[in-house]
Amino acid sequence: MQIQSGKDLLGLRELPEADIESILKTAASMKEIFTRPVRRVPPLIAKNIVTLFYEPSTRTAASFHLAARMLSASVNNIQVTSSSVKKGETLIDTVKNLEAMGMDAVIIRHSMAGAPHLVAQNIKGSVINAGDGFNEHPTQGLLDIFTMREKKGKLKDKKVLIVGDILHSRVARSNIWGLKTLGAKVTVVGPPTLIPKDIEKTGVTVSYNLDKEIKDADFVNVLRIQLERQEAGLFPSLEEYHKLYGINAERLKKAKNDVVVMHPGPINRGVEISSDVADGPYNVILDQVTNGVAVRMAVLFLLLGGKRAKR
Amino acid sequence: MDILIKQGRIIDPANNFDGIADLLIQGEKISAVKSTLRPRSKVKVINAKGMWVVPGLIDLHCHLRDPGDPEEETIASGSASAAAGGFTSIACMANTKPPIDNPAMVKYVKDKAAAEAKINVFPIGAVTKGLLGAELTEMGRMIEEGARAFSDDGRPVTNSGMMRHALEYARQFGVVIISHCEDPALAEGGQMNEGYFSTILGLKGIPALAEEIMVSRDLMLAKEFKGHLHIAHVSTEKSVDLIRKAKDKGVKVTAETCPHYFTLTEEALLKYDTNAKVNPPLRSERDVKAILRGLADGTIDVIATDHAPHKLEKKKVEFQAAATGLVGFETALSLVVTELIDKKILTRKEAFAKMTVNPARILNLHKGAFKEGWDADVTIIDPLAEAVVDASQFLSKSKNTPFNGRKVKGQVAYTIVSGKIVYSNA
Repeated sequence: MQIQSGKDLLGLRELPEADIESILKTAASMKEIFTRPVRRVPPLIAKNIVTLFYEPSTRTAASFHLAARMLSASVNNIQVTSSSVKKGETLIDTVKNLEAMGMDAVIIRHSMAGAPHLVAQNIKGSVINAGDGFNEHPTQGLLDIFTMREKKGKLKDKKVLIVGDILHSRVARSNIWGLKTLGAKVTVVGPPTLIPKDIEKTGVTVSYNLDKEIKDADFVNVLRIQLERQEAGLFPSLEEYHKLYGINAERLKKAKNDVVVMHPGPINRGVEISSDVADGPYNVILDQVTNGVAVRMAVLFLLLGGKRAKR
Repeated sequence: MDILIKQGRIIDPANNFDGIADLLIQGEKISAVKSTLRPRSKVKVINAKGMWVVPGLIDLHCHLRDPGDPEEETIASGSASAAAGGFTSIACMANTKPPIDNPAMVKYVKDKAAAEAKINVFPIGAVTKGLLGAELTEMGRMIEEGARAFSDDGRPVTNSGMMRHALEYARQFGVVIISHCEDPALAEGGQMNEGYFSTILGLKGIPALAEEIMVSRDLMLAKEFKGHLHIAHVSTEKSVDLIRKAKDKGVKVTAETCPHYFTLTEEALLKYDTNAKVNPPLRSERDVKAILRGLADGTIDVIATDHAPHKLEKKKVEFQAAATGLVGFETALSLVVTELIDKKILTRKEAFAKMTVNPARILNLHKGAFKEGWDADVTIIDPLAEAVVDASQFLSKSKNTPFNGRKVKGQVAYTIVSGKIVYSNA
């Protein structure tokens, strides 16, 4: 098994349904490895993987590292600060150097949309997008979908609410692409200033009324809200934001009994999600974190360990 | 040596002429256009059968990067590139480093052009000192040195009061103020046109309104204060509508667009192609159709290149980090032939009016028409010659074009400036 659409995973927008299914299926077997006494298997034993992060991250980097190690790959982390980018070499030069050192795959996070695509066009090795600007975060989208499937089975016609700052969210975009490919009904909810133009054309519904939309939702995926958006004049205060778009126990009473609440983390307690929900019975936030490792193992395995001919 | 151009299709929009004829150049001047002229001795004869013979093309809007960025372009390389594109006259923008915002800088460009360029180079002076939008430049003294128009292009004159003063002050000289219409707050941080494609690419959008609000403001200022306003690089549907309405009401306004705005849409960015990153950004299909309508009905007077050379290092980077702009001299004519004339959007006369007599009138030049005694600036075009755009062959120092690999029709055969052949591909 391998990903048919190419050497890289840059996003879910162009990823065919068959590839999504094959990643999800592989992720299920990877998750099984977690339950073993020795959590390590050999398929990527000779592979060198580099995580190249131009934005700080603890969770995603750690998740990729654990995934790579469980598959016996050797993994190196390069954390680049924005100040060293200004002084230093170009992105293309950096990855070409890494490739010259024997790197098989690079997992890249970058504040600028399209940076992983630029890398992919310039190296032979595999590129995995770990988040690029506001564009995509495909493994997050996949782990969200994996978690949804785990909780409720097939996603066709299931209603997924994505709540919050859609404009600046790569998680929202990857969710939208993957979920639409699998036939889910997606509604984005947030203040009009944080809904990107023409998002309806992706096939989602736009709403500003969370209380109405939450009633028949199967999943509520809550996005992190950043204070800098308030500073940019996009909403007036965190208090007002919480009142209009925060997920709390009171609001969840309106939802179905089996509603599932998700969050890509890190959470702002009391802002986009209240503590009673973040720690309450409906949330699957820690399942998402666990599944993140399984999904990333699947992606690494399919891109690097399949029967693909040697490049 | 005198030149006799035989039996070409003379397209001379200023004289409303499109027909087969001979054209005689004596010395530096146009001598005669007649159905047949006998070659005298000591005359170079160019057999132009099947060719188009047009007044030398004039580019109202380009960036030559001199002074400041000689790795990207110089007056020598830029004018050579322009000559290869059929241009005999070009007007270069003031946003060099340092900017062309005083008489000495205008003189620098004129002197450098006299020494290095085989075509005519007309400097456009800055509207405000340092392009800072705060103080008017010495327009009168700059005109004495050869400035032909004024613009802070690259950025708008944000302060409405300053724009008012510029339009008013320029009136006494009869020169045009060229406006780069962009509301800086609406456009801030934007990377491409705002819409479905910016949404799916995760790039910050620049709304069409950022252009249209400024077009609207400038038209109102020009109406009230009677200056001659020229709107640079029109890219949106509503801008075209606004200019059309203003012209109907008698506002003294002219407008230009560029080949990329009638050829490409924002879809050109789907693979994050930094060579298609330009300001104003490539717009929607609807906008492109409106630009074509505006060209056809005369709302848009001029086709300019906005030739904006950038070295590879500024383009082969992350999209957001990439410079905006594209080189245009060596693709403009073919795109006009392929996209406008061949597709019958414009007649030959209409198309070449926008590249000859119209820009000449805006710059107050005695050029852009075949008139006895005028400078013999002539462009000869092989309208059927097909080619594939190959940026590596450009004479420009920079190769940043989104048209690389595109099949086009219409190639320059000769570029003649003041009776001298400065480029030949025959």
